[in-house]
Amino acid sequence: MTESVLSLPDKEYMLPGNRTCAGCSLGIAYRHILKALGESTIVTVPASCLTVLHGMYPITSVNIPCMNVTFPSTAAAAAGLVAGLKAIGKKGITVVGFAGDGGTHDIGIQALSGAAERNTDFIYICYDNEAYMNTGGQRSSSTPLGATTTTTPVLGKAQHQKDMPAIMAAHRVPYVATASSSYPLDLYEKVKKARDIMGTRFLYISTPCPPGWLFPPKDTVKIGRLAVETGMVVLYEIENGGFRLTGASERLAAKGSLRPVREYIELQGRFRHITKDQIEELQRWVDSRWEEYLARQTPRPPDYSTLQN
Amino acid sequence: MKKTANNTQIITGNYAVALAAKLSRVQVVAAYPITPQSPATETLSQFVEKGELDAEYVRVESEHSALAVCIAASTVGARTFTATSANGLAYMCEQLHWAAGARLPIVLACANRAMGAPWNVLNDQQDSISQRDTGWIQIYARNSQEILDSIIQAYRIAEKLYVPAMVCYDGYILSHTVMPVEVPRQEQVDRFLPPYKPHTVLDPSTPQNLNLVTLANPRRDARGVMCHGYMELRYLLQEALENSLETVVEVDREFGDVFGRSYGGTHWGYRLEDATLILMAMGSVATEATVAVDQLRQRGHRAGLLALRVYRPFPKQDVISATKRAELIVVFDKNISYGYEGATCSDLKAALYGNSIQVPVHNYIVGLGGRDVKARELADAAERSLRWAEEGRPQKEVEWLNCHI
Amino acid sequence: MHTIDCGHISSVSSPSIGEAGRTGDWRDSTPVIDPQKCIPMKRNKPSCFLCWLYCPEAAINRGIPVEIDLEYCKGCGICAEECPAGAITLVEESNLTIR
Repeated sequence: MTESVLSLPDKEYMLPGNRTCAGCSLGIAYRHILKALGESTIVTVPASCLTVLHGMYPITSVNIPCMNVTFPSTAAAAAGLVAGLKAIGKKGITVVGFAGDGGTHDIGIQALSGAAERNTDFIYICYDNEAYMNTGGQRSSSTPLGATTTTTPVLGKAQHQKDMPAIMAAHRVPYVATASSSYPLDLYEKVKKARDIMGTRFLYISTPCPPGWLFPPKDTVKIGRLAVETGMVVLYEIENGGFRLTGASERLAAKGSLRPVREYIELQGRFRHITKDQIEELQRWVDSRWEEYLARQTPRPPDYSTLQN
Repeated sequence: MKKTANNTQIITGNYAVALAAKLSRVQVVAAYPITPQSPATETLSQFVEKGELDAEYVRVESEHSALAVCIAASTVGARTFTATSANGLAYMCEQLHWAAGARLPIVLACANRAMGAPWNVLNDQQDSISQRDTGWIQIYARNSQEILDSIIQAYRIAEKLYVPAMVCYDGYILSHTVMPVEVPRQEQVDRFLPPYKPHTVLDPSTPQNLNLVTLANPRRDARGVMCHGYMELRYLLQEALENSLETVVEVDREFGDVFGRSYGGTHWGYRLEDATLILMAMGSVATEATVAVDQLRQRGHRAGLLALRVYRPFPKQDVISATKRAELIVVFDKNISYGYEGATCSDLKAALYGNSIQVPVHNYIVGLGGRDVKARELADAAERSLRWAEEGRPQKEVEWLNCHI
Repeated sequence: MHTIDCGHISSVSSPSIGEAGRTGDWRDSTPVIDPQKCIPMKRNKPSCFLCWLYCPEAAINRGIPVEIDLEYCKGCGICAEECPAGAITLVEESNLTIR
């Protein structure tokens, strides 16, 4: 079923008056993710901007049970929740590990890889704001080429982003999807779909960050949309190994053209030091990745969900 | 004493660990291989795969994740178990703090092993001593029987106080040595150890958030009730650890009533009654020191042994009472607090000197990285300490036994 | 002042709106909806609601009239930017005469 603005549930699990920065895309994404997951959910969160959103003891701004855990251990903690709930005989609870790019691409990758290899029955959601935003915007392995961060302050980052969804797809988990906070309906559908699949499900969500990427808070949705329209972020899902472009990316593929990366870059202060060569390199990176995606269509995917965790 | 000797098995310390976890009906086990702990968790995986233990066994990719799994599973109400050694325990460090701060009664068996660098798989107690300040109860066992019994006791203690507990046993010396062990019957253990109830239920029916950022100062909740600051939560953990001394003794006594074996609660002694020369040690060195005490007695000294069974909480009052006739105390530490002295020696001195008991204390660092510790060497060392005290303590207060530098 | 009455032995938090206080105070400009332009209000029929969809604060209702909870709205301006009818304008707090 295709969702519309009118078909989304009314109930808000993320409550207003929380600690996120004005214009935080994580707020948009989290609202709709929780709507899709519903109340029979337990989330586990490491140190991250989401910890800030969740509030400070003794008040939380979220109506879903949550267990905070150490920075590297999100996926292992999720595995513990799954094992614990099974051991005590509680059924029907969706376990979700929810971390940022630092907590996923960098310090959390070992636990995540372990949990995925064991096909732990949980959803892992990485929201990617492309740096350690909660600690002041330091470089992560998901920071794009040419972006200035507080630890690449003069020259900008010299490498491309780590392709985390591809790493997760290489684990042959039943479901891998990418989404963007600027496309909440596509995101909602993917989370809902993931909820009903068994085994490890990985969702990657692009979440633009106004104070970190240096653009005005009002432009959060616009920047996220431009990321997709320029191919910096590509929306797809890989179901049992079968790849397909989805939503806006699928439409762009049908139309046959991406907007130039320059249009995305010039609106963000973090790219103020990017060189002409780096922009060209970034464009080549986007183009070659896009070509790869276009070429990857699986007619009949296998079914990994039958492999027991 | 009740006699139930019909189920005696000849087993290693590691096997005793696995049996204890099984008898405690652990519901979630998560572990990662490390020498010399591995046979314990291998045995547990066998119990689970054969259907002898109804538990989830999570074969994690690291010790850090092993404790993460236990933390999470314990949070939702499952009894959890893990085991490790040395660098594995060190890798768990932040998780050890987290488990205690979250007040989760996880039980961990630590087969004590020397820390790298350089690599060394043999025994000393540097690993668990280094984790002293994480908020875990630490119990040191002297033989396989005590390992098994202490793990069962540890669950009772931990689940009563919501504090995690570590049962430490010397690598190889205890982990790989076979000894006769009386294995309790499951029904007896079930009576002794009721099912685990978590202090807070993490469930969608009451959506709560555990261990969010907690401010330095108290803060009101939405209903206006003043709740703790970080410091109050830390005070409660300290209070629980202090209270655990009493619980350790109670649980050990009750264990004795049910199973016919108890271990002296926080400490045990050997020929202490009239001793003026007191040896102090922990774990297998303490067992070795009993032989040294006999040898010293034969040589005409009124020697005795004070063995620490519980290192955290530190049994200050028990140590003071047990040493009240002492004219000299010789402490053997299988660890070193670099830049100072052996860790148990410092604690002993703090207990005594803080209470104006001015008995001389001589410290030996022994058995690091598996260096053999013989009873005769301990006895000779104690005699050297006597001369040191008589001569007005001329040399260093800390000596390294059998160190050929 | 004693905290022991809260009964917690660890950090356990319960949900409430306004965890960070009146976050409306963070605002330097306020979104104002023009009911003549707002699509669902003009048509008096549930439709559009993109402001509700994109609000990062969950501070906009999906009803008629569309209302913004100014107690908590941080004034990011996403609603104004995304409104397809241009029905929302951000007015500087100092220029707001009627609330």
